[in-house]
Amino acid sequence: MAAVQTRSERALNRVAIAAVLVITLIFLAPIYWITSTAFKPRNLATTIPPTVLFQPEISPFVKLFTKRSQLRVAPTPEEYAAAPWWERMVFDGGEKIVRSGRGEVQLSGYPNRFMNSLIVAITSTVLAVGMGTFTAYGFSRFKVKGEADLLFFILSTRMLPPVVVAIPMFLMYRAVGLNDTHWGLIILYTAFNLSFSVWLMKGFIDEIPKEYEEAALVDGYTRMQAFFKIVIPEAATGIAATAVFCFITAWNEYAFALIMTNRRAQTAPPFIPSQVGSGLPDWTVIAAGTFLFLLPVAIFTFLLRNHLLRGMSFGAIRK
Amino acid sequence: MTSLNTNSRAASHGMSDIRIRNLFIIPTILFLIVFNIFPLIYSLGYSFTDFRASSAAPANFVGLQNYRALLNDPFIWLNFAITAKYVIVSVTGQVIVGFGTAMLLNRDIPLKGLLTTLLLLPMMLSMAVVGLFWKLLYDPSFGIINYTLGLGSFEWLSNPDMALYAVAITDIWMWSPFVMLLSLAGLSAVPKHLYEAAAIDRAGPFYTFFRITLPLVAPILMIAIIFRTMEAFKTFDLAYILTSQPTTEVISIRLYKMAFQEWQTGRSCALAYIVLIMVLAITNIYVKYLNKVKER
Repeated sequence: MAAVQTRSERALNRVAIAAVLVITLIFLAPIYWITSTAFKPRNLATTIPPTVLFQPEISPFVKLFTKRSQLRVAPTPEEYAAAPWWERMVFDGGEKIVRSGRGEVQLSGYPNRFMNSLIVAITSTVLAVGMGTFTAYGFSRFKVKGEADLLFFILSTRMLPPVVVAIPMFLMYRAVGLNDTHWGLIILYTAFNLSFSVWLMKGFIDEIPKEYEEAALVDGYTRMQAFFKIVIPEAATGIAATAVFCFITAWNEYAFALIMTNRRAQTAPPFIPSQVGSGLPDWTVIAAGTFLFLLPVAIFTFLLRNHLLRGMSFGAIRK
Repeated sequence: MTSLNTNSRAASHGMSDIRIRNLFIIPTILFLIVFNIFPLIYSLGYSFTDFRASSAAPANFVGLQNYRALLNDPFIWLNFAITAKYVIVSVTGQVIVGFGTAMLLNRDIPLKGLLTTLLLLPMMLSMAVVGLFWKLLYDPSFGIINYTLGLGSFEWLSNPDMALYAVAITDIWMWSPFVMLLSLAGLSAVPKHLYEAAAIDRAGPFYTFFRITLPLVAPILMIAIIFRTMEAFKTFDLAYILTSQPTTEVISIRLYKMAFQEWQTGRSCALAYIVLIMVLAITNIYVKYLNKVKER
């Protein structure tokens, strides 16, 4: 804007700042609300008027991770005194933690689903980014017949609605026994992310001057050595950004996980909603599960803020 | 490797460039063919049968019967109509909110970077989980939305007339930031001297907006619109989790139910093909624009 501002321009600017602040607050309110619900005692989660000020608790998280049963009688003073602090918080909710015959705390389904999400998202990310980087380099540095068509083909695999691909995949997986396995999901997510990884990495590699490798080749490096020692380090930021994007996509995916898994390999996105079920759901526990699930993505978003535009638009637009 | 001694002069060439190119590209293409194209061919076969994955009965060839039945089914057209309505409502909402916010952010605003980053958070979250927590926000008796807006016990999700808009509102919340991000990139690329020239010519704000800002941002805004249209057309998670109203049964949900609840595998394969052809048509337009903007 012009260096000298008139009074009306300054007033306009102030209005814009206020509007932006209000919009940001509105956009963040749902996330704030789910986070605060995750730290509420159960009886304050669904009050009207809504409770804004409260003593934060971690009991929703204890409930999230443990199997519980309704306590018919209050715990005896000895039981209460012998229990660790986190278990006492569940006592106070009229529930007790279920233990196995050997006295070990029985875990709920959540830790297992969270682990499944991690295994599937990390493995498929490594595969997609690995293959994607190689392919992007191939397209960036060598002449490929029908390059535009091949790249369009790669992109088009990402454009299909998941449900369309899921029907034949379900039948094929059932035939070869990949249903409800980690590998089944890993393969699907790798295929899904690969297109994205190629397009994004091609943008990053295109920006590395060819002269770097040519100089290395003159110095006696092989193509492979030049790729690993020159191109990969130069593209490191791009690889990291692509990896985080692939991770977030795999981490958040719902439709395939719903169709292809039911117990052993189920990830968190289909699991958390299935816990709402009928009757009176405990929204604090659901909020706690949601909060933990959103946490990695929130952190990555912050780390990735400068690459977001590129990633979201398949590298078509740079900032 | 053909050479035994990797330090020799001959090894400096290593594999030929052609071999490296093939080694780098072919596995990816094969992988995508095996896990994307092959399943589609597989399902093309099933789309001409009355196969049901839930029964042991063998598939019978029925020719084009599935396609004919689907194209004559008014309920399928209703599903497409719902999808179209949803796409229009949510994409329009996203463009208005997203572009509006970008216009506001495109000035000297303190903490601009931080605010932009915070605004991007919604679109990075899982649709399914977002759907779940918006269910809590929309709750008629204790939801924060009704309380804040003073709507009493207004029904958002169990009201058939409102449910689709409720899903679209959530989608607008999630994806306006995307339109904002792209618009912001477009806006910041508009050369400042054009505005200065307009100011010297005493052009009004409307003239400046419609003659300078909008035409220059239009290509990027168009990309955002096509991208969002495509995504909204595919919507499954959000609508499926938020509500089970017949008025929100977009085509993906219809397809899911037909395939995995009614187990009409053959017919659902045929429907998948009809959807596929529509998506490919939109994708073509999208890629054309993508290349156009890249060339600029």
